[in-house]
Amino acid sequence: MTQILNEKKSAVTIDARGPRFSAVLTTLVLATALATANLWVISAQAIVFAIGAFRGPQFTPYALIFRSFIKPRLKSAAIPEDIRPPQFAQSVGLLFALAAIAGSITGISALFVVAVSCALAAAFLNAAFNFCLGCEVYLLLLRVR
Amino acid sequence: MKSLLPIVIVLTLATAYGLWYQRSRGTVKAKAGQSFITESMIGGALGSKATLVQFSSAFCTPCRATRVLLENIVADMPDVAHVEVDAEAQLELVRQLNIVSTPTTLILDSQGLEVGRAVGAPKREQVNNALAAIRK
Repeated sequence: MTQILNEKKSAVTIDARGPRFSAVLTTLVLATALATANLWVISAQAIVFAIGAFRGPQFTPYALIFRSFIKPRLKSAAIPEDIRPPQFAQSVGLLFALAAIAGSITGISALFVVAVSCALAAAFLNAAFNFCLGCEVYLLLLRVR
Repeated sequence: MKSLLPIVIVLTLATAYGLWYQRSRGTVKAKAGQSFITESMIGGALGSKATLVQFSSAFCTPCRATRVLLENIVADMPDVAHVEVDAEAQLELVRQLNIVSTPTTLILDSQGLEVGRAVGAPKREQVNNALAAIRK
């Protein structure tokens, strides 16, 4: 016997392996940004985050690479996943990227390092451990509000 | 290259957290509930022997898999109920029960006392074991 209460159904689902692949690329780009302290690298990643946050994670260049080159080579069946969790993660990533850009432009390098480090940690955890950022932080944010 | 030190620190800390995360998520931990959870609190009927109360949210990837698993487990157990609660809509209850992430599944006995809790998508055999202990 199952009762589902107050559930807001979302019809839009994507292949769960897409966001995971995107997290791998995001990890590599953020690691590059952190190692080189390069404004352009973090800016490029910020644009990717913005597309994922506002249009949806299925529209980023990383998702395009996944659909064009990776997905046709995968043998296992697609696992459907709600787009809202990765979209939330992209929004959080965008905030960190914008903070890093602000740090870089104003010369506050500590802000740049901390902000990129936070984004890198989340992306790496997602890529390596299937970490769900929305699961861990969204309810906490609501609770302290 | 400016410095690789931040990367090394971030990846080391994240790996340590990730290993803990992977190990702890989905594990059913025994709980000794202090107060009874009622049908009006969760907005659904309790099972005659046990109830699985699943707290979910919109930005939660494993909530869907958790729902499918728990629905599947209770399908052939008429004395066990599965109730899914939208954590966002029940923040008072979420604070009261100290739910910090989703999915969190509470295992209640026939009286509505919490006897177990799993954070993350629960492991099937652990839920089955907890239910077997209650239903015997």
